[in-house]
Amino acid sequence: MGMAEAILLTIATAATPLLLAAIGELVVERSGVLNLGVEGMMLMGAVAGFGAALTTGSAWVGVFAGIITGALFSLLFAFLVLTLVTNQVATGLALTLLGIGVSGMIGEAFVGQPGVKLTNIHIPGLSDLPYVGRLLFGQDPLFYISVLLTVGVAWFLFRTRAGLTLRSVGDSHSSAHALGIRVIAIRYAAIAFGGACAGLAGAHLSLVYTTQWIENMTAGRGWIALALVVFASWRPLRVFVGAYLFGAISILQLHIQAMNLADLAFLPGPLYWLLAQLKSLPSQFLSALPYLATVAVLVLISRNRRLTIMNTPASLGQPFVPDR
Amino acid sequence: MTTQGTRAMRKLLFALAASAAMLVAGGASAQEKVKACFIYVGPIGDFGYSYQHHQGALEMQKNIGGEDKVEIAYLESVPEGADAERAIERFARSGCNIIFATSFGFMDATNKVAGRFPDVKFEHATGFKREHPNVSTYNSRFYEGRYVQGVIAAKMSKAGMAGYIASFPIPEVVMGIDAFVLGAQSVNPDFKVKVVWANTWFDPGKEADAAKALVDQGVDIITQHTDSTAPMQIAHERGIKAFGQASDMIKFGPETQLTSIVDDWGPYYTQQVKAVMDGTWKQHDVWGGMKEGHVVMAPYTNMPDDVKKAAEEAEAKIKSGEFNPFTGPITKQDGSEWLKQGEVAEDSVLLGLNFYVKGVDDKLPQ
Repeated sequence: MGMAEAILLTIATAATPLLLAAIGELVVERSGVLNLGVEGMMLMGAVAGFGAALTTGSAWVGVFAGIITGALFSLLFAFLVLTLVTNQVATGLALTLLGIGVSGMIGEAFVGQPGVKLTNIHIPGLSDLPYVGRLLFGQDPLFYISVLLTVGVAWFLFRTRAGLTLRSVGDSHSSAHALGIRVIAIRYAAIAFGGACAGLAGAHLSLVYTTQWIENMTAGRGWIALALVVFASWRPLRVFVGAYLFGAISILQLHIQAMNLADLAFLPGPLYWLLAQLKSLPSQFLSALPYLATVAVLVLISRNRRLTIMNTPASLGQPFVPDR
Repeated sequence: MTTQGTRAMRKLLFALAASAAMLVAGGASAQEKVKACFIYVGPIGDFGYSYQHHQGALEMQKNIGGEDKVEIAYLESVPEGADAERAIERFARSGCNIIFATSFGFMDATNKVAGRFPDVKFEHATGFKREHPNVSTYNSRFYEGRYVQGVIAAKMSKAGMAGYIASFPIPEVVMGIDAFVLGAQSVNPDFKVKVVWANTWFDPGKEADAAKALVDQGVDIITQHTDSTAPMQIAHERGIKAFGQASDMIKFGPETQLTSIVDDWGPYYTQQVKAVMDGTWKQHDVWGGMKEGHVVMAPYTNMPDDVKKAAEEAEAKIKSGEFNPFTGPITKQDGSEWLKQGEVAEDSVLLGLNFYVKGVDDKLPQ
């Protein structure tokens, strides 16, 4: 396995949970609801996935447990903000705090136990192809699901009638309501979908990324996913770019720290110079680089103000009470 | 089960930010029962650094006579910074007799709060500031264990190169890297160490990424100064060897872990809480190592007998006080001389250590 392939595989693993969580939150926000509970839902998915896999011995059972737990947990949020019309920001934050606490409590018995790993797929012949075999045909199943999900959500939102309906709910819930669209029902569904995706992202962390349960193991990835959605101006393919850019720079900066410049003398001059410059930077700056670069690039992509306003769900975060 | 239930309840309570639930208990009058409070930087379920501190707290409670004698309260995952000061102050107000702040980054917060609560005893781990008479500092000479690990690494590595996942460029961490390198060079003078700074104490994903990057860069031994078990698992997946951190992580790498430095805080916590009960608590600065039983090596596993023997010899030499890992001649990374033949580094220099010794393949972030 060449170095480039090894790096790309690591990047894909780092980006997948961000992509999964962000694509779910994108659908939620497109329906006009801001759910700040991503971190909490991910943790619930991670602990449920880990526990179910450990108990049954099957990683796939863990994956489904993560999805279902994430969805159920998000319905708690949905009930509060949609039916009881509580403040979305406060409720979302509460969901994160609750998720951190409850997952820690449930997970107490799982701490210090090696878990069950979701194995990478292997297609005889194809997976062993040089350079691209492992990358295209030999990764963990959730990687493929995350890519399909991104394409699926993009297609659903912009190419189907149901997607148009969902976006209309997010843009103007009163108009949608006046047209007879069931705003609350659609938002319930969107929130549950977002919860399922966050739960799946959590299961990725505890079944693929690091096969173990540790309290608070998301370490802020839910918040990064939330930020990606906004900086990508609610476009699925830009979320994909953002997640991979973030993953790529997080991994590359580690390699820059670890590499020995003397071994890289064969590289073309400008590239070598760039690497040498980067290596001379303090590691604190390199650690911050994924955040800086991702924000910078996504802001550049989304610099067209008119299009950005068009993409922003106008009813985002606003409470809706149907007037009969 | 009851303690687990109480612990779980308490955790939930804290998670829901129940600041109102903190009761203001009486002052430090009767000392038949003391309240000992602990502030942890990570979750107690990290199975590493914070976990070991909590194990020490529980051991102390058991040693002294259970819940009737000592009440324990703790806050976990407290960020280093402004939040720490609030957490410590809250404990000071809530009737704690002694507060253990267990991370380097709590240093200034601990000293600030200590000035406002002269009757409460404060103990700060791994720091060096004692601005008030009611602040003590305590630490363990983890570097002694790192030296032994270095000896093992140099004997085991075929690549002649180990990977080191570091957290933050503070003296404690730099000291560990230097000791590891010195241990390795005592076996193989050309041994190289690649350092990757994760800039976090606890992020399993990032620690795993760092481990993968190091393996891809060609190291075949990994050691870490971050708190999760993730690097051990990656080493296991990639079929190389690794050292555990803070606690015995053998479960995560039965065929991978060579040994681990185990932090044993129980004896120290017992001694200090007893001192508060007896009224004999005095300010001090304790830095115990293998000799005092603060630093314990997990069993030497997954290595041939001759390597095990070399490790045991190095450990015995340090334990008896016969040998200090920071004994000259030692050259700094830039080639200048640090310690002359036979010269031993002063503790004050070690506690402010901000340079590498020769052989580290990294530039120290300043």
